[in-house]
Amino acid sequence: MLTITRELHDKIVAHARADHPDEACGVIAGPAGSDRPERFIAMDNAERSPTFYRFDSAEQFRVWREMDDNDEEPVVIYHSHTATEAYPSRTDISYASEPQAHYVLVSTRDDNETEFRSYRIVQGKVTEEPVTVVE
Amino acid sequence: MAIEVRIPTILRTYTDGAKQVEGAGSTLDELFTDLDGRHGGLRERLVDDKGLRRFVNVYLNDEDVRFLSGLDTPVKDVDTVTVLPAVAGGDR
Repeated sequence: MLTITRELHDKIVAHARADHPDEACGVIAGPAGSDRPERFIAMDNAERSPTFYRFDSAEQFRVWREMDDNDEEPVVIYHSHTATEAYPSRTDISYASEPQAHYVLVSTRDDNETEFRSYRIVQGKVTEEPVTVVE
Repeated sequence: MAIEVRIPTILRTYTDGAKQVEGAGSTLDELFTDLDGRHGGLRERLVDDKGLRRFVNVYLNDEDVRFLSGLDTPVKDVDTVTVLPAVAGGDR
């Protein structure tokens, strides 16, 4: 199960809405082993595309080193789908390589409602999990 | 003297859990071959017949080697090589 604060949940949704129709992506870091998302980091989508996303490699290097220095890990890795449902695609699954991470997908295909779902992706196997938003 | 190589969580099964290993070589290609001698299977997760796999980012110090010379990038003893999983996806 993913437990996330309302504030962080809303930041993901706001980032996805702001970048729509391109895909938005980012990370929420948390203390290693805690499973607690705490520090929101919006990342550039180097592809700037409505159908693909890729973390900019130089930015990722800086952010990953920062997490390492702080004893943090990527607790949430999020991205948006802008025309399809919030479910991991084959490409998403093939790249997923943080077994401890919650892969959050949001869909902005509907103007008024944003789908917000979370998955574990381990060795190509996708398991959806409940999301609890705490105030 | 050796080249320090930082290994991401997903590949630590090849390094007995070590975050960091050491290797030798004059290019990235030679370094990966050297590492594979002690950490069998690691090279195949980093390289395919077309070069660096698209699923990984490899950095020499803080530069992405795709913007240097890829596998032919020269490396030396004081360098640090960092491997990170690429974070990417698409809607199909």
